[in-house]
Amino acid sequence: MTHIYGAALIALLVSMFLLLARAMVGPTVYDRLLATNAFGTKTVLFVALLGFFSGRPDFLDMALVYALINFVTTVAVLKLVQDSRLA
Amino acid sequence: MSVLDWISAILLALGGFVALTTAVGVLRMPDFFTRIHPAGKSDSLAQLLVLGALLLQAPSWQVAVKLLLICGFLLLTTPSSTYAIAHAAITDGRQPLTGNGGGPQPAKPNEPGVGAATGASEASS
Repeated sequence: MTHIYGAALIALLVSMFLLLARAMVGPTVYDRLLATNAFGTKTVLFVALLGFFSGRPDFLDMALVYALINFVTTVAVLKLVQDSRLA
Repeated sequence: MSVLDWISAILLALGGFVALTTAVGVLRMPDFFTRIHPAGKSDSLAQLLVLGALLLQAPSWQVAVKLLLICGFLLLTTPSSTYAIAHAAITDGRQPLTGNGGGPQPAKPNEPGVGAATGASEASS
């Protein structure tokens, strides 16, 4: 089962690098935000898979927190971009 | 490997495939509004597949509950954040890429052949 976890981790890593390339290239700020949001979701999956890969499923707590922080971050940056202020 | 291991291996392979293809789609699609489509797909489908595969391998019920919580939160938050980004881009005045090189489409494109054909079919029916 460890090999399968490793293969899925590598697939997720490659897709994260592709999303990172779009976040750096992206012509508009919305492209960057979209790529960063998808990158955060991939990170949640990556952390959860890493916990199972290393035999310590306690990593799921971190994945849970990251899932919530990712949403808050996306909405906050979006509000900052749209209104030029956070209040 | 037991049957559950095989099922979760297949789900993991599908999840990795979906994640890779949607990342390629986000990288290669020509327009922001087309890039939303693969990004939203990967957000909902890849996480369902991968977390479902992990759910079959959960050693205890606490881990299973945490996996279900992550799945529920992601299913709630990622479509709403994708919608928020698209809505912000629309209210910012960005136009989707259309066939005639961007900008708002006219009500009827100036194509006399197509217009005459549809007019004739409407008149006959």
